[in-house]
Amino acid sequence: MKSRKPSIPYIIWMVVFTMIPIIMIGFTAFTDKNGNFSLQAFTNAFYYTNIFVKSLWIALISTAICLVLAYPLAYLLTRMKESTQNTLIMLLMVPMWMNFLLRIYAWVTLLQDNSPIDMMLSLLGIHSTYIGNTGAVILGMVYEYLPFMVLPIYTVMSKIDNGLIEAAQDLGSSNFTVFRKVVAPLSVPGIISGVTMVFVPSASTFLVAQYLGGPDDIMIGDVIEKIFWTDQNTGSAISLILMIFIFVFLIIMNLFGDEEAIA
Amino acid sequence: MEQTTNKTIVSLKDIFIRFDGEVILNHINLDINEKEFVTILGPSGCGKTTTLRIIGGFVEPESGDVIFGGKRINGTPPNKRNVNTVFQKYSLFPHLNVFDNVAFGLKLKKMPKDEIKKRVTDMLATVDLKGYEKRSITKLSGGQQQRVAIARALVCDPEIILLDEPLGALDLKLRKSMQLELKEIQQKTQKTFIYVTHDQEEALTMSDRVVVMNNGVIEQIGSPEDIYNEPVNAFVADFIGEANILNGIMLDDCRIQILGKELECVDKGFGKNTPVDVVIRPEDIEVTAPEDGQLVGIVENTTFKGVHYEMSVRCGKCEILIHSTTSAEIGSKIGMRVIPFNIQIMNKLLPFYDNVIETTVTYSNQNDNLFEFELEGETVTVPNKYYEEGTKLKITLPPEALSLAADGVGDLKDLYIESVVYKGEHNEIILESDERKWLMLSDTDEQVATYVPLAFDFSKAQFEVISEFSDKEG
Repeated sequence: MKSRKPSIPYIIWMVVFTMIPIIMIGFTAFTDKNGNFSLQAFTNAFYYTNIFVKSLWIALISTAICLVLAYPLAYLLTRMKESTQNTLIMLLMVPMWMNFLLRIYAWVTLLQDNSPIDMMLSLLGIHSTYIGNTGAVILGMVYEYLPFMVLPIYTVMSKIDNGLIEAAQDLGSSNFTVFRKVVAPLSVPGIISGVTMVFVPSASTFLVAQYLGGPDDIMIGDVIEKIFWTDQNTGSAISLILMIFIFVFLIIMNLFGDEEAIA
Repeated sequence: MEQTTNKTIVSLKDIFIRFDGEVILNHINLDINEKEFVTILGPSGCGKTTTLRIIGGFVEPESGDVIFGGKRINGTPPNKRNVNTVFQKYSLFPHLNVFDNVAFGLKLKKMPKDEIKKRVTDMLATVDLKGYEKRSITKLSGGQQQRVAIARALVCDPEIILLDEPLGALDLKLRKSMQLELKEIQQKTQKTFIYVTHDQEEALTMSDRVVVMNNGVIEQIGSPEDIYNEPVNAFVADFIGEANILNGIMLDDCRIQILGKELECVDKGFGKNTPVDVVIRPEDIEVTAPEDGQLVGIVENTTFKGVHYEMSVRCGKCEILIHSTTSAEIGSKIGMRVIPFNIQIMNKLLPFYDNVIETTVTYSNQNDNLFEFELEGETVTVPNKYYEEGTKLKITLPPEALSLAADGVGDLKDLYIESVVYKGEHNEIILESDERKWLMLSDTDEQVATYVPLAFDFSKAQFEVISEFSDKEG
């Protein structure tokens, strides 16, 4: 057996900041206000089924859009000069140095009525409202999480041995065939981790919908945030259900990864 | 090995290429015939892999033509060339199994499925991998991966197979058996094989013809026997097999002087009293009684090698290597004989022995007793010697006045080591600077194709004034 000593600080950290909170949430979810065993919180949670489904749906769409945008971007990045690659990756990261709330506010300013975008489109004769709908929420989410999709895909793609690409060309592949038969299958692990890194936080995100969405665009993260002020038991129950959903999602993603078995 | 009048399949004409300003191939010419097993042999950094990549289409030469089947194919991408490569690291697709790896090229040719299946199965049988179709690439041993890589290239039925040190990663035993297998496959399939290696034994075992390269040029092209028995220069002789390479003087046609003794040889046309390099293979030296020998020496070391004894014999200052079926005791005096046919005479690698610099003194100081001159953009200081500024000098530096310096303290920086040849007494090292070549002696083994700084010992140099201070300014 290997010595476990070096991992002790990590174990302490996990116990104090992860295990104990999860146990507390589990305990609160299965009790009522007086601390007696009760399933009332879960019954209450069912009121929010619609919001729950919508949240997962929005997360799924955002993830899909991120993937569609990030994949070609990551591929183009790997074909550029190394210095250009580094600059572009840097530019991609720069917005992340700014506060999350600030970035959302920036979008509010950009999208609201009489904003620069609105005024420009008005000049072209297009009059519309750009904020306060599901589309704006998805836009905010995609903006927020796109780098988390680009980076893992880019990392996996740039590690593909150039020898494999040359071998494919040598055997008669055009550039497109090289992409389809070699680059695409070998970049699957990057897609899996990108999808995971975008879907998981976007399913549980809050505030984005409050600022960019309309009255119907409330997401489950916002519900949990609100409800905790008044009813910790129901809040815990919803959190627990969300956690289980995400856990199942992660297991499914891992199954995908195993199947591809990339060395 | 048939050397019939085969048709040329691929020619390289006057190929020149640089990477980052460094010349990799210096105007090389090479013709390769149909159904031939050609090996490009040379130390690492000699340009052999680049030559292969030019034929494969992965590298475009700066100038020169690549002719394939009579057509110029410069600029044709690899996927449009009827050439397949076995890569050094195999480059097998990790996401595909053995069958799909081998079938990769055929599927791209839109061949019917049952035809692909038949061809792949046959090819796997040829490389002894019958029944491995469904195996994962990552679960195969190095030798098996190697054979999949060969099958993947061969199954496409190209006119030429390029092999880039394909056996480099295998252990010795496996390498030996794969060498024979490759040769067998080549004869069975009747394809042109162009094989790149730095292993001279591999080259001699498998090839119909060997191309020996060094420092971006082709030194010699010939059959393995030619290359071994009649190397054109000391580099080739040293690189191929074991050899005694000695400095000699060609006194006249068929008269050679080595180690102070005059011997008979068969070579002509070198002129009179010409310094030459002499090669005598260790197995060509016959051990005799001291009084019967052309040369006499003391046995310093003897090792039993199974087939023969390997003896190291001191002959004056020089060490001579002998392979003999009879042994002699260490410390005993023996005679050595060589028949004239086995003395191979070659032109020197460099036309000079002493390194001569002609220069003008740019600064001098009588108090400190020193002067300076410019050499390839560096200022070189000569201590303990004074010549007036502007004096034109001829400085003769014998090879022993040159030495490799520590980093940052040399008189010249970044000299390329072109060749290192052991001459029985010292290593003779040929260095290349920006503008010229240098000859140096060393007792340590230096690595060819690396860069080193050089220092001059001017106390061993000779100075000759060509003209005093001239009125020309500067």
